[in-house]
Amino acid sequence: MIPRQLVITVAVLLVAALGMSIYAWHMRRSAVATTVSASDTRPLAPPVAGPTEQVVLFVAHDEDGTLRSEAARIPMPSGRQQRAEELVRSLLSIYLDKSSPHVLGPGSDVRSVYLVDPGVAVIDLNAAFADTHRSGILVEELTVTSLIHTISANTPGILKVQILVDGKERDTLAGHADLTTYYDVSAVNQLATQLQSGQ
Amino acid sequence: MPWTKLSAMVSPAAACAPRRRMRRLAHSSALVLLSALLLSGAPPEKHLSVYSVVTNYSLTLAQRDGRDYVGLLEVLEPLGKVSARTEGSHWRLHYNNVEGEFQNGKPRARIQGRDYDLGGKFFMENGRGAVPLTSLSSILPRFLGGPVSLHEDSGRLFIGSVAIHFTASLASDRLVFNFTAPVNPTIATEPGALRMTFSREPLVAPASPTLTFGSRTIPAASYREANGSAVVTVNSTIPVIASFSNGGRTIIVSPNSAAAQNASAAPSAAPGATAQGPPTPGLTSSPGQPGASATPATGPYRRYFAIVDASHGGEDHGETLSATLVEKDVTVALARSLRQELESRGLTTLVLRDSDANLSPDQRAIFANADHAAIYIALHAASNGHGVRIYTALLPFSEDDRGPFRSWTTAQHAWLPLSQSTAAAVAAEMQRRQLPVRTLIAPLRPLNNVTAAAIAVEVAPQGSDVSQLTAPDYQQLITSAVATAIAGSRDQLGSAP
Repeated sequence: MIPRQLVITVAVLLVAALGMSIYAWHMRRSAVATTVSASDTRPLAPPVAGPTEQVVLFVAHDEDGTLRSEAARIPMPSGRQQRAEELVRSLLSIYLDKSSPHVLGPGSDVRSVYLVDPGVAVIDLNAAFADTHRSGILVEELTVTSLIHTISANTPGILKVQILVDGKERDTLAGHADLTTYYDVSAVNQLATQLQSGQ
Repeated sequence: MPWTKLSAMVSPAAACAPRRRMRRLAHSSALVLLSALLLSGAPPEKHLSVYSVVTNYSLTLAQRDGRDYVGLLEVLEPLGKVSARTEGSHWRLHYNNVEGEFQNGKPRARIQGRDYDLGGKFFMENGRGAVPLTSLSSILPRFLGGPVSLHEDSGRLFIGSVAIHFTASLASDRLVFNFTAPVNPTIATEPGALRMTFSREPLVAPASPTLTFGSRTIPAASYREANGSAVVTVNSTIPVIASFSNGGRTIIVSPNSAAAQNASAAPSAAPGATAQGPPTPGLTSSPGQPGASATPATGPYRRYFAIVDASHGGEDHGETLSATLVEKDVTVALARSLRQELESRGLTTLVLRDSDANLSPDQRAIFANADHAAIYIALHAASNGHGVRIYTALLPFSEDDRGPFRSWTTAQHAWLPLSQSTAAAVAAEMQRRQLPVRTLIAPLRPLNNVTAAAIAVEVAPQGSDVSQLTAPDYQQLITSAVATAIAGSRDQLGSAP
């Protein structure tokens, strides 16, 4: 004869085990859903709220190896630093589109843009940006010039720009474009002119 | 007791003593002769020299099944915390937090849960395990967590980026070797040669194992590796001596003055000539006034007119052009073709990377600057775009020059106009040959570190077929155009030695 207390204890334990299994299954589903959204590689959309403003983006075109200016209206925050970040984000949203003239790897994003007086900008990009970037002198310098020229053209007073990847200095973007030094904005403007001419 | 007395007491044995002594002498002589024969016929003991950031050391190799074997415990002991234990026929090795399992007589090992083929049986003796030498290149990276480079034929193992590179250039009749780190080789001389043996230094081969100098006194030098050492042999027609300077980073091989006086055929040494080492990364000698920079490299030290640099190499593959083609292989082929084209036009040329070596941008710039060539040409290949792109340096935001020293990152500054005019000349020649071409500036190292005219040539296929990059005709079309343009700019770039 099994004691009554033992039966009750076993029954309670079984109910608890069943409950925990259901909870674990639910948690697992949630975790899978979170992972999927983290690796979502759809183009980033700029924030829809806030007043829009006309800006000039310098967009790279691989087909003829040129940089072309494109006017765009995008919602711009009031802070100078946030504005610079929004500019980079707008460029990346173009490059992440499958029909982009200069496709970047999935998951490429900007972590932050820091504006430090006097005249220094630091663009901090995520690891996916550099790790998935295509290799080649022209293709890499198109990306670098597009970013720097877009920021400097829309943010007066910037003299030099450094590009970081995941908050750290990196030797090159993808084997060619040097990321170890500060870019001289006037030299990049000269390169942008060359790239715009397409010759 | 004296011997004579004993001999006298044992009279019957004494009678046979001379014959026995003779026999014993004959046996001893035969034994000595046999030992000498065996020793002279025995192969020399083979060694493995290991070079790492922590320490350099040498191990003796053993022969098993006709292969070279090395004790794995002995290899890892100087590098970190290592322990081993035997369980029957199994041998477990712990290096820091990595565990490996080996089995006596089996050719496979399991390291951190992954199976590795050793290329030969594992042997266990007295609790110590021996693996085939060839297996070190696959199993050590797993234990050490970093790359290793094994020169199996010569018994040299490089752990991490420890290699010492060197250049050799003729200044007057003195041969100047510049090393990227201090060295202390064993130096021996014999008629017609001076031999420097580097046993402790991780010296690696130059772009070409044989260096020719076109000098009557020191016509050539060669590099070879054997039994755990690197040997540089300088051939000379007169007696030479070696001297050290620059803290062991420079070795100057010069004629022995007494012998040189007797050698009437040999040219006299330039008394004012001094050895000049490569610039320290971060600071390099100022090229002087920009107005004088059109021919900044003319002088007694220039050995090559052009330095051709096959970009990338080693683990740096560059762009993956197709499933079977990587940029580093195309650049080497282009470099060899360009050297041929330049030399056929009478321009002495050094290919900086003529093998699958991995050089950093700093090393490339140091070698180019130390050779004082008139022009540095970096070669790249790309799958995107069409035709050829010629690049000159996009200088970074300038750092302050310090006194007579120029910032390393903008060392190219004074040579930039010369680089741009050369790039324009190359582009014009390409256009003349109806090749699609563009000239651009680029943030591409080491162009900004080179103290000479410096350009980079990026070659893309004319259409969409990447395999065109490996076509000899296409390569020659491009390298011939580059060489023609450079030969045309020869006067502007500075006369060759």
